[in-house]
Amino acid sequence: MTIHLSILLFLPLATGLSGALMPRGLGRWAVLAGTVAVLAYVVAMLIDFEPSGGLEYRTDDEWISELGIRYALGVDGLNLFMIALTAIAWVPCTLVAAFTEHDRPRLFFFNLALAETAVLGAFMAQDLALFIVFFDLMLVPFYFLIGGWGTGDRVRATTKFVIYTLAGSLLMMAAAIALGVLATPDGGDISFALADLKERSIPEDSQHWIVLLFALAFFVKAPLFPLHGWVPDTYRATSIPVLALLSGVLSKVGVYAFLRIVLPIMPEGAQHWQELFIILAVFSILYGSVLAFSQDNIRLVLAYSSIAQLGFIVLGIFALEEKGAQGALFQMLNHGLVTAALFLIVGVIVVRAAGSESLAELGGMAFRAPVLAGIFLVTALATLAMPGSGNFIGEILILFGAFEDKLVYGLVASVGVLLAAVYMIRLYQGTMHGRAGPAVESREIDGVNLAAVAPLVAIVIALGVYPNFVVHRTERDTTQAIERPQNVAKFGSTDAEMSVIR
Amino acid sequence: MSTLLAAAQVQAPEIDYRELSPVFALAGGSVIVLMVGLFRSYFVRRAVVPALTAITLLTAIGLTIWIWEPGNREPIVEGALGVDTLSLGISMLCLVAGLVTIVLSLRSTAALEAGHGEYYSLLLGSIAGMVVLAEADSLMSLFIGFELLSIPLYVLCATHLRRRTSLEAGLKYLVVGSVGSATLLYGLALIYGATGALRLDGIAAALADDRVDVADPLLLTGIALAATGLAFKASVAPFHQWTPDVYEGAPTPITTFMAVATKAAAFGILIRLFDHALGLSQLDWGPALAVLAVTTIVIGNVGALAQRSLKRMLAWSSVAQAGYLLTGVVVGTELGVRATAFYLAVYLVMNVAAFAVVVARERVTEFGDDLRSFENLGQAAPWLAWPMTIAMLALAGFPATGGFIGKFYLIDASVSGDYTWLGIAIVIGSVLSLAYYLRVIAVMWMGRYEVELPSVPPRRVRPVAGWSPEADAWAQPEVVAVAVICAAATIFFGLWPDPLFDAARDVSSALPGLH
Repeated sequence: MTIHLSILLFLPLATGLSGALMPRGLGRWAVLAGTVAVLAYVVAMLIDFEPSGGLEYRTDDEWISELGIRYALGVDGLNLFMIALTAIAWVPCTLVAAFTEHDRPRLFFFNLALAETAVLGAFMAQDLALFIVFFDLMLVPFYFLIGGWGTGDRVRATTKFVIYTLAGSLLMMAAAIALGVLATPDGGDISFALADLKERSIPEDSQHWIVLLFALAFFVKAPLFPLHGWVPDTYRATSIPVLALLSGVLSKVGVYAFLRIVLPIMPEGAQHWQELFIILAVFSILYGSVLAFSQDNIRLVLAYSSIAQLGFIVLGIFALEEKGAQGALFQMLNHGLVTAALFLIVGVIVVRAAGSESLAELGGMAFRAPVLAGIFLVTALATLAMPGSGNFIGEILILFGAFEDKLVYGLVASVGVLLAAVYMIRLYQGTMHGRAGPAVESREIDGVNLAAVAPLVAIVIALGVYPNFVVHRTERDTTQAIERPQNVAKFGSTDAEMSVIR
Repeated sequence: MSTLLAAAQVQAPEIDYRELSPVFALAGGSVIVLMVGLFRSYFVRRAVVPALTAITLLTAIGLTIWIWEPGNREPIVEGALGVDTLSLGISMLCLVAGLVTIVLSLRSTAALEAGHGEYYSLLLGSIAGMVVLAEADSLMSLFIGFELLSIPLYVLCATHLRRRTSLEAGLKYLVVGSVGSATLLYGLALIYGATGALRLDGIAAALADDRVDVADPLLLTGIALAATGLAFKASVAPFHQWTPDVYEGAPTPITTFMAVATKAAAFGILIRLFDHALGLSQLDWGPALAVLAVTTIVIGNVGALAQRSLKRMLAWSSVAQAGYLLTGVVVGTELGVRATAFYLAVYLVMNVAAFAVVVARERVTEFGDDLRSFENLGQAAPWLAWPMTIAMLALAGFPATGGFIGKFYLIDASVSGDYTWLGIAIVIGSVLSLAYYLRVIAVMWMGRYEVELPSVPPRRVRPVAGWSPEADAWAQPEVVAVAVICAAATIFFGLWPDPLFDAARDVSSALPGLH
């Protein structure tokens, strides 16, 4: 079967555009149908995918030849499940949004669809400049979604979010152009295709600052301490379905790009900053966990828990060990699904508390809503990496990876697992058990939200039971992604065999 | 004429009428428009005069395309003018900007108050000056073009006769502009003194065969003064102070024209003078201009942050954009010239889209060009709000717009020319600029949004088509059309920039000896 990535990529945008031209009430259903179609196509791709250790379904056309930018798409083990995560997460979030009343619904759903195209594009891109195009394009729909349909101080929040993120990614653009120019051999043509860049050599000291600027962009996006300044405002102001996507899917684009771009193309640079990035990751784990424990707003509990989880993922990547990278990729998928589910559940809870998001005013909801409580319990346990959940396997792999070479950091990071249990159980108890808050009305989860959340939870459980489905398909490519920096660390050169001969 | 010359025993220069045809068309059109404008009939003044102006410009555009021929060309008229793809490309931008200005001026009170014939004739005169400036191949014709461009513009700025700020703008521009001209003239004189050549080729040759030391203080002073004079016109900091006041005071169609056409002409001659004539001393002036570029980027963007008036905001933003453009000149490479040419073209479409929306709004609301007149425009007039949104995103450099590709190209050029830090400066400037570009979008789309900046007092305007916001947008279909077409072009060049890249390559081919 041939899968055309261009169809997959532009399907959401096409439905968004046609939805914008339809009568007012219909646009949302067109976009929802589009996300379902994307999901179906991705499922077909998952079934068809053969883990061969190379790119499949490639599209490679000239786009802007003057600048050496190609329209190159491809799928391998690294991005297969990121694409799947995008396709899966967009369906329930669009579903929930479709049953919510919005001003200017056609514009809202157009933005939602454009966002899906941009995120898919960033995951599929096999050209550095094309990646940057989609990476920045993502911000446009989210700027409108947060600013136009958020709550509270939404305009300030969305402006802050965009400026933070774009500050990082514009610096990355400058660094990427420098990378392209420096990698161009004398008399050769400039090229941003990842395959070309991998083969060209980049001077080591240039790699240092280029990697630093890339990391800046990706850490802002993730977010990682100390670049998380935009998080509290944005998380407070964003509407729930959009927030589920922002926290679940968007945060993965940056860390994914480490595996796709930074490690294979600039191994010396990545190796050079390994220690610093690991320290930042470990610090994020501790900082995020401690703050998550001390927050009263339930959105912010999840926001800071995300920072901690992203810290784990970065730790896994920069451990530069097969297990760590494998775990990181697996954890990206798990965290995305679990977070999306958690935020949708938060949406349900908040409605039952008359809009209050404060833990102090919540509680006692499990009383008449056992299904809601059950689903929440499962996702909460998954977040704290209970054995049997996918997160458990992900975190164990990451810690194994860290233990191999960076034992101390691994040990400190393990404390984070413990802390996760503390803040998630506090969150669960504070909302579901104890004395009911003054405005709390215990009602069972409604059909729409159940239909949105239940499949996510089912996938999380399935991944915990049968992680090999993912591991088998990604193993080879994650190993390849970290091979070059690993060689630098071990032999002082990207090419292992050469060093052995020497 | 020829008998006169023969009597004076002067050899008349060979005149190539084919290559001069666009200038002749503009000059002739200017006279005809002025004469026809003397008729008292309302119809003639209101419809025939603009139509004749547009026909003149279209003819000039046609002639420009006709004589378009890539590659290095021999100068004409005894080396006074160089008609090559660089000058033709810049002329093209000025001509298109002129066409847009006509459309935006159709309902403007400025044209009415100043008299239609005079208004449009001055416009054509200024464009002719730009064309001559872009073609200037000797210091003499450079200065003539520069003055021919400037003097009609001083008058045009003051055509809102009954508005004090318009007169103030005209006077301010006249004073500051004259200082700029004088500085330029002095600089040109010193360059001539140092090199002994008036023709740009001659200057380049003098530098090449070591007759003149590149570090000669006379030459360096000349370069500095000439750069200062041109910097006044291109509104490069610290010679930009007139920009916000004049842009705000001038009638908005004229502001549009100044923002895009004057800038294109000024950068055209900057490229020719610095990258071509003085290319060999790039090591001397390069760092100085680079510092100017960074200063301009920072000052422009910081200045725009505190503006409520859209015209002032766009004025500061045009200062910042001049800084971005200057990086392409600084590096002095072929890639740099291409990137500058490319960015000038994209800058034209995105800026015109923004200004057209300002024109449409300030005529129908009592807040003029204040941010308040854009509140909730997304719902009231989407056909105006979308072009404005696209223009703002493009100016800020978001992908899928021409602005992104333009910045990418400029950064590419500065990194390739060993000025990586200039690329970083562009990026930092863009981050600063987000704050004020996004503010406009937020005001249009995100409901009532209080901006805490000093506001302007409301003024009374006559309603154009009743007070219904929906009707207002369509009361001026030609302005909406300009906005929509330019916004569409911005997106088009963001997705398929190849036609512009081809044109930019042609433009750079006119200057031999670039590396």
